Amino acid sequence: MASDALAFYAFAGVAVVGSLLVVMQKNPVYSVLSIIAAFFGLAGLYVLLEAPFVAVVQIIIYAGAIMVLFLFVVMLLNVPREDAAEWDRSHPLYRPMAVRIGAALALLMALQLGWALSLTSGLTVPVDDAAPAISSVAELGRVLFTKYMFAFEVTSILIIAAMVGAVILARKKEG
Amino acid sequence: MREIIEMLTSPMMIAYAVVVSIVFVGLQLMAAVMVYAERKVAALMQQRYGPYLVGPKGLLQPVADILKLFFKEELRPKAADAFLFSLAPIISVAAAYLAFAPVPFGAPTTFFGLLPEPIPLQVADVNVAVLVIFAVASMGVYGIVLAGWASNSKYSLLGGLRSSAQMISYELAYGVALATVVMMAGSLSLKEIVDQQQGYWLGFIPKWYMFPQIVGLFVFACAGVAETNRAPFDFPEAEQELVAGYHTEYSSMRFAMFFMAEYINMVTVSAVAVNLYLGGWHGPWIPVEYGWIWFVIKLAVLLFIYLWLRWTLPRFRYDQLMSFGWKVLLPLSTINLIATAAGVLYFGL
Repeated sequence: MASDALAFYAFAGVAVVGSLLVVMQKNPVYSVLSIIAAFFGLAGLYVLLEAPFVAVVQIIIYAGAIMVLFLFVVMLLNVPREDAAEWDRSHPLYRPMAVRIGAALALLMALQLGWALSLTSGLTVPVDDAAPAISSVAELGRVLFTKYMFAFEVTSILIIAAMVGAVILARKKEG
Repeated sequence: MREIIEMLTSPMMIAYAVVVSIVFVGLQLMAAVMVYAERKVAALMQQRYGPYLVGPKGLLQPVADILKLFFKEELRPKAADAFLFSLAPIISVAAAYLAFAPVPFGAPTTFFGLLPEPIPLQVADVNVAVLVIFAVASMGVYGIVLAGWASNSKYSLLGGLRSSAQMISYELAYGVALATVVMMAGSLSLKEIVDQQQGYWLGFIPKWYMFPQIVGLFVFACAGVAETNRAPFDFPEAEQELVAGYHTEYSSMRFAMFFMAEYINMVTVSAVAVNLYLGGWHGPWIPVEYGWIWFVIKLAVLLFIYLWLRWTLPRFRYDQLMSFGWKVLLPLSTINLIATAAGVLYFGL
């Protein structure tokens, strides 16, 4: 469908431009906002893939919870704007060695992308018709609590441990 | 080209456009009505007249208010971040409108037989509606935090931080209360949740979730009032401490947008409560095609309670607010969730 393709390019554009702006902004608050925009682009893509549940959960968790935390940290610590001149002079990432490694990694990623695209013979892969069933919330819940029960429980223990750790670290020393 | 035009002018398409306009214009009108109602109810509670000069019984007061706000000077502090300062009210108001999109406000209708098949009276019939509402509610925080930060003033920043801390804390209880209803209905779609509440117990008690979920309704009401930053949880506007909180530096239409967002959020929270706990558009005497009448009546009652609360209860203290959210509402809603889960599992509620 033509409208689907149009929507895909719009959402993909938002996601890509948003991600680029994250690294290109000097003001960290703007970086946080750009990544939120990128998350919305991704959520749109999930909706196009008939996975509205994933899209909404992604907004709730990443855009709604984690990025609020980021924004708080950036605002309250008063992270200064990046000074381009100082960055040029002193930052270790700007040393020749780092530039070379970065270039090599970028090349590797481009090669992998090309390889992946050559395997799928272009972008016209037919979507599996069984996909919508997986995206239904009831089905997802059933799979999560039967087949992936162990992984689910381990993850929850991990999160509880992290929470307890955070509380202990943040608590003031008594006495 | 011709096909596209035919598709766009088909009766169904026009009907959808009409529904969207009803919601958009309706929310704006509701905001105006609430401005008037707020003042009149305040006057009623305090035995005064309230606005009565502009128009019959002061009915044109909201129009006068809006015109005044239009012609006010747009001020921006010199040290403010210009882009974010303008963006913040837009985010607030957009999130407020967006939150109403998955909320149905009546049974599927053919608009008195004008359409070949009935269409649902809601903007977007998504099957994860409850989650969408939750997600959009969490977006509203950004408008407030950014307004507080971009103004570059201490009162704004403190107000913004306070209200975002409050919204984040109460979102948990809010989410658990939503999950409990979802569990009873076995669906995330608001339309199906409403349809589960048809019929009567013992022939006269309507099957509204309000009765089995009275604890859930209490939690939802507290969290909903806190989410919309209304009294007795109106910390962003704790005048004695923070001038006007996050919108201290805002004037003119930008201020009006925050104001509008607040009222639209109240309408949305009330509409969600009607759908989740009060049986939506189902009720006695009125046939289900005109169910939206019941919906509007229930909505009006809840909005009146909102105003009633404001003029009845004093503001919490800030530490009381936090301990109430974390130590009372959250455990209460969790216990309610577990009890409901047991009920659904063993008694098939």
